[in-house]
Amino acid sequence: MSGVRKTYQQTVAVDEVTFEVQDGEIFGLIGPNGAGKTTTMECVEGIRKPDRGAIAVLGLDPFRDVYQLQERIGVQLQQAHLQKRIKVWEAMHLWASLYKKPVSHGDRLLEQLGLAEKRNAWFMTLSGGQQQRLFIALALINDPEVVFLDELTTGLDPQARRAIWELVRGIRARGKTVFMTTHLMEEAERLCDRVAIIEHGRIIDVDAPRALVEKHCPERSVVLTTEDARAETCFRELRSVVNVTRDATQFTIHGRGDAFITEVIQCLAEHQVRVGSFRTEQPTLEDVFLKLTGHSIRD
Amino acid sequence: MRGLFQLTWLEIKIFLREPLGAIGTIAVPVALFLLLGRSMTRAGGAPRTSGGLEFIQSGLPVMVSVFMAISAVISLITIISIYREGGILKRLRATPLRPYTILSAHVLVKLLLTAVTLTLMILAGRRFYPAGLQAPVISFALALLLSTLSILSIGFVVASLVRTARFAQPVGALMFYPMIGLSGLFVPVEALPPALQVIARLLPMTYVVSLLRGIWIGESWFAHLGDVAALVIAGAVFVALSARLFRWE
Repeated sequence: MSGVRKTYQQTVAVDEVTFEVQDGEIFGLIGPNGAGKTTTMECVEGIRKPDRGAIAVLGLDPFRDVYQLQERIGVQLQQAHLQKRIKVWEAMHLWASLYKKPVSHGDRLLEQLGLAEKRNAWFMTLSGGQQQRLFIALALINDPEVVFLDELTTGLDPQARRAIWELVRGIRARGKTVFMTTHLMEEAERLCDRVAIIEHGRIIDVDAPRALVEKHCPERSVVLTTEDARAETCFRELRSVVNVTRDATQFTIHGRGDAFITEVIQCLAEHQVRVGSFRTEQPTLEDVFLKLTGHSIRD
Repeated sequence: MRGLFQLTWLEIKIFLREPLGAIGTIAVPVALFLLLGRSMTRAGGAPRTSGGLEFIQSGLPVMVSVFMAISAVISLITIISIYREGGILKRLRATPLRPYTILSAHVLVKLLLTAVTLTLMILAGRRFYPAGLQAPVISFALALLLSTLSILSIGFVVASLVRTARFAQPVGALMFYPMIGLSGLFVPVEALPPALQVIARLLPMTYVVSLLRGIWIGESWFAHLGDVAALVIAGAVFVALSARLFRWE
């Protein structure tokens, strides 16, 4: 995808968006609501026509060759619904009938997604998690080469979320490519091989989550409590330490470099400082986002 | 058109699962037909009032048929807007289903339901309707399907313009009921003031009424070529218009 721009009336939804998704990876498009994630994804799926720029998916132009492409991809849309009174098996059956290649693993998919008992239930009687799992089943029914998942765990409880993450990893394990969007940084960090951070319709950076953290937020911190008054001066003398803040007996020591935590521990040992508690804090994608955009993703 | 059969069959099943919709579309017109017909006749089949005979023999069946077609159209408008608002249309479109397959399935469902209701009306009429029914059934069924198809195309234009499901039904009703008023169903078009006559001649519903009434009383298709042509042209124009205006989300 390169140089893609899409506007709605006066609003520019995405602009100059360029990135590449590798075969067999889980690629995440992350950013706050309204950043242009869904628009970008829908351009790639062939549902929307970009005003400018070029997109190729599996060697096809998604807008021009949309029907050819749809045979080979699976799509889960954000906030989708089905007919209220359609039964789970009927939806699976209908979807299976839409593809040129024979599709026969519908029942196995329902089994895998824990929906086997709900085969005869109406769509409107399913819980949010069950509806979401049905949409994933429908997205996978044609054994697609690329699977698109838009905000797939929004509104789910943590347990259902973890179950779905496991599923997505399973898709990758079968050699498929997953292109997903999320505004949950934890989800991106745990699931994605690479992520693109998008804000106000522009891509800010693309890389593996760990690499992004190391590049943009190299600082780490140690939080410890001690009654020892000498501790503060001794931390400040360490080369890797950037600054030290203190709140009563709790110290937060910021530093950078691989040696930072080791140096703090050595310093504590040398001066025989008695420590009440000790933990280290690693920056996360959340911090990267804050640093790159100047605000939290939840704002 | 892959998936058309599955989708049509599925939509019929889904429609029948909503008891109110099914009763309103199928049972109400048939019941109305029988009750009104019987209320206007004495035992033995003679009309209660002079001029009642014509109404019972052709007026009422045509009236019920027109309502059948209109209720099909309003129900189509409502379903399309609910599907659009709920993102169902968008979800279906993100599959290899062609857009026209999705819409064709809904048109087929409506035509099938109209055919079923008409069949029930005629079967029940043979048994219970006082004046008996001597209409050319097959021809009339074809005329009703053509009429329904033609005003369904107006329904698509309405469904394209109305954004929310909440307004779909009232807007549909507001459009179609005045149209019936001018169509010659209750008052002959010739009896309307000249200005309204001009409007009536522009509305497809007028040709629907003329065609249905003519075929019901046994006139030939040849005598109604003008009506058929008007309905085909209106259908083509509105389909083309809605193809430009239609929104999937």
